[in-house]
Amino acid sequence: MHLSNIPSDLRYTKSHEWVRAAHGEAHDGTVEIGVTEHAQSALGDLVFVEVPEVGRAVKAGEASAVVESVKAASDVYSPVSGRVTASNGQLATQPELINQDPYGAGWMFRVQTNAPIDDSALMSAADYANYLAEEAK
Amino acid sequence: MPELQLREPLIFELSKPGRGAGTQFPPRVAGSAEIPVHLRRATPPMLPEVSELQAVRHFTRLSQMNFSIDTHFYPLGSCTMKYNPKACNTFAMLPEFLGRHPLGPEPQGFLACMYELQEMLQEITGMRGVSLTPMAGAQGEFAGVAMIRAYHRARNDLARNEIIVPQAAHGTNPATAAMCGCSVKEIPCDENGDVDIDALKAAVSPATAAIMLTNPSTLGVFEYKITEVARIVHEAGGLLYYDGANLNAILGKVRPGDMGFDVIHMNLHKTFSTPHGGGGPGSGAVGVGARLLPFLPIPVVGKDGTRFRWLTERDLPQSIGRLSGFMGNAGVNLRAYIYMRLLGRDGMVRVAEFAALNANYLMKRLQAAGFEAAYPTRRASHEFIITLKRENRLYQVTAMDVAKRLLDYGFHAPTTYFPLLVPECLLIEPTETEAKEDLDRFCDAMVAIRREMEQDPEKLSSAPHTMPVRRLDDVRAAKQLDLAWKPAA
Amino acid sequence: MAFIPHTPDDIARMLEVIGVRSIDQLFDEIPGELRAGALGVPPALSEMEIGRLMTDRAASDGRPLNFIGAGAYEHHIPAPVWAIATRGEFYSAYTPYQAEASQGTLQLIYEYQSMICALTGMEVSNASLYDGASALAEACLMAVRANRAASSRRILLPRAVNPTYVQVAKSIAGNQGIVFETVDFDRTAGRTPLESLQPYNGQDVTALVIQQPNFFGSLEEIDALTDWAHQNKIMLIAVVNPTSLALLKAPGQWGARIGGMQGADIVCGEGQPLGVPLAAGGPYFGFMATRMQYVRQMPGRIVGRTLDTEGRPGFSLTLQAREQHIRRSKATSNICTNQGLMVTAATIYMSLLGAAGLERVAAASLQRTADLAAALSRVAGVKPAFTAPRFHEAVLLLDRPVAPVLSALARRGIFGGLDLVDRYPELGHALLVCATETKLEADIDTYSSTLADVMSPSRAAA
Repeated sequence: MHLSNIPSDLRYTKSHEWVRAAHGEAHDGTVEIGVTEHAQSALGDLVFVEVPEVGRAVKAGEASAVVESVKAASDVYSPVSGRVTASNGQLATQPELINQDPYGAGWMFRVQTNAPIDDSALMSAADYANYLAEEAK
Repeated sequence: MPELQLREPLIFELSKPGRGAGTQFPPRVAGSAEIPVHLRRATPPMLPEVSELQAVRHFTRLSQMNFSIDTHFYPLGSCTMKYNPKACNTFAMLPEFLGRHPLGPEPQGFLACMYELQEMLQEITGMRGVSLTPMAGAQGEFAGVAMIRAYHRARNDLARNEIIVPQAAHGTNPATAAMCGCSVKEIPCDENGDVDIDALKAAVSPATAAIMLTNPSTLGVFEYKITEVARIVHEAGGLLYYDGANLNAILGKVRPGDMGFDVIHMNLHKTFSTPHGGGGPGSGAVGVGARLLPFLPIPVVGKDGTRFRWLTERDLPQSIGRLSGFMGNAGVNLRAYIYMRLLGRDGMVRVAEFAALNANYLMKRLQAAGFEAAYPTRRASHEFIITLKRENRLYQVTAMDVAKRLLDYGFHAPTTYFPLLVPECLLIEPTETEAKEDLDRFCDAMVAIRREMEQDPEKLSSAPHTMPVRRLDDVRAAKQLDLAWKPAA
Repeated sequence: MAFIPHTPDDIARMLEVIGVRSIDQLFDEIPGELRAGALGVPPALSEMEIGRLMTDRAASDGRPLNFIGAGAYEHHIPAPVWAIATRGEFYSAYTPYQAEASQGTLQLIYEYQSMICALTGMEVSNASLYDGASALAEACLMAVRANRAASSRRILLPRAVNPTYVQVAKSIAGNQGIVFETVDFDRTAGRTPLESLQPYNGQDVTALVIQQPNFFGSLEEIDALTDWAHQNKIMLIAVVNPTSLALLKAPGQWGARIGGMQGADIVCGEGQPLGVPLAAGGPYFGFMATRMQYVRQMPGRIVGRTLDTEGRPGFSLTLQAREQHIRRSKATSNICTNQGLMVTAATIYMSLLGAAGLERVAAASLQRTADLAAALSRVAGVKPAFTAPRFHEAVLLLDRPVAPVLSALARRGIFGGLDLVDRYPELGHALLVCATETKLEADIDTYSSTLADVMSPSRAAA
């Protein structure tokens, strides 16, 4: 089984999104969101990405973006509630950035949270790795 | 093997301003009728400008780039690619049938055919009523689920919104459930490919509206515990829906009504040999038991004494409504009628017998050649699954590669990657109209491909080699969308 | 045995390979109590016998002179259309999933998509839907998916839209929380006035449907209606007749340019007039086109042009992942198959006629209907119902119930039109008539003189 790259400084959801908190995890801080290496690998070459527009309100667990490959189109769920402060415009012409660099250049959108982040819904890197191993069985 | 036409420009590239098929233009009509200027088109639409011969040649040459049942063995599992008899087309295209407007007085000749078709479909499925209006399998499925929902709501059983679906089911099932405002509960199958009875018992509840099943299943095996499945679901207050995609396997041998199903949709373009047409038109006729009769989609053909007429909203006030602008794909239904009259009582029974004979024969021959059947201890129904997971491990060859290489050998590929449960699978359905020699030739091709797997796998991964095009770039197709011709700037 | 090639020798050899004694043994997994008895269907007919039966039944249906439109139109179909469409390579091919073995069908569909874009003035078309009525239902579901500015799922449906289309839209889309609201028409003009839409100014509405020409054959003021919709952030769904688009403004050009965009947002309609016979109601096909920005919300198959591994152009089904995504979205569609053979016929038809020929068909139909309406209005007791300009249909008002008049005409071999009493009882004794390029001057004379006879005072209770 191909060992997935899972950076330790990020948090993860069961639906394969990652969250990167800004400096200091203040309750009204901004977080950055994308999909994991496992997700991009399962989808295959991405052909289309739709990110939420700046200013849009999102709710934790709500479908906020779409990633589409030849094989499948998947909703991306915002792990947090708040307002979108930025989205990665490059993905419109270069969806493959998510395949090439899912945690860096392939970031999808940033949210200024307006509610405390629900820690129970987010996994550490180690927990996510275990989760992937369980799913593979 | 037949040679395929290789290249043909777009019709727009053949066009030249001022050209046209003049004899096809109606004569000018003198008069002053006019469209007001502000509603008029400013510039003519950019349609082709070719002579009649150019058009005829162009489309004839395009046809020569296709594989079809008329030219190639086409063992596409779950699609039932049997011979489409020419007679069905010839008689369906008699000018009186062809020229008939649907909203005129009821055409007694045509309706006699439709009424008899309804009766025959009822008889062979063991159902009490049939509607011919759904225009494809997906619409038939929608009608079935909508009727089930209407039935429960009519009994004030408003909590029944859950549809149970086996894991191996076709993808349209959950979509159809959602379209009807229902949710889906999946249950697994056991290691033999049958519905897991214990899982089913745990899944039924007062929220159960129905279970959607096909028998034989998408895994190509007969659900022999179907009577028990029916009992469990009925006792829980739910209904049984039969997906008739695999009806070719049991025609005349078992009737879905006798198995306990309350509603069935049939794919007339599969079992009853109406043309596949490059992607339709189909016909998804539905049959129902007594419980669901009041909800049939309209119109349905009825008989008052000796006179045929359409039964509509007034006759079926609880109907789920109309699904089409007129009465469904009338011409397709007419072709199915002609086909059924050509088969007759004995011919219909032979369909399943020889479909099963051909499928079991081909499965045995392929197994003998070293291929792995997904359910080797079960009889093939009218189709069977070969899994290439071992070959994939050994030679990195995929089902897709084998499918593409088969094209070079002059065979249309079987269905690939369906059902999703079986890895690297080929779903093979020869149908009853294929001769033994054609099955043998197919087997020979598979043997040759097996040898290539071992000796020259690159030949497979880069197949096809002899088609009008090599493998196409799907990623590019979806990323750089080119969906309509535009004139050069 | 019909279509089964097996000889007794074949059967014996095959059973031996399988390892069973009889074909019946192949069904031994089916419990005995489930096995069907003898089928109660008639015995087989030879091709000659079924040919005789069908010819007799067709003869009894006859070939009346047809003046009915109402969503299905009689046009001349050029001989090459079905000669080519019924070639086995088109007729008996399947959905083009193995693209390399289906380049003929795929290229044809690409050409079809291009022609629909040309006719409608839109950027992208799909490979067809079942028919015009279900295409409207799908357009409504699509508008719910695509209209981000609206959350109400309310769709405005003028009464001048084909009532059967409205019924079908409700049957198909009604279980997903979509609310259809009725908008009335002007009884004098026979079209939808802007005033009927005023109650919805500034409200949360997902889409407005406009049919052009409308069900009565009248021409709507599509610019003003489109502008109203867009000013209120409402999507405009245009239901159009493809023949009429040779003469009428394309929906892609409706209205003013507002915020860099112009025209209808979704276009759909019935493609039957393009080379598909009336055939007692089907099979027909629905067409659908939209803006490129909405392509991922559009249901149905789409063919795209791409390159193969050697850089040669080729065609394949594309955006298939979106079909599965549409199946899980907030307004679900389950459509799989399309109407491939009818699309084949329509593409050949459009290629033979081109813009010039289609314009001649449309112009002739326009004139013939005008002549028909005038001729019939000269019969005592008949007058036109509406004042708005028309395309190729007209509503006439009779001084007596329509049904007996139509029966009398039918007995003389004329299908005079559609009685509107069930669909629009408020209009009184209303008849919808249509004359296309297939009707000659003599046919119109035949109709009007027969009508005069049927309605003459000496035939009081017809």
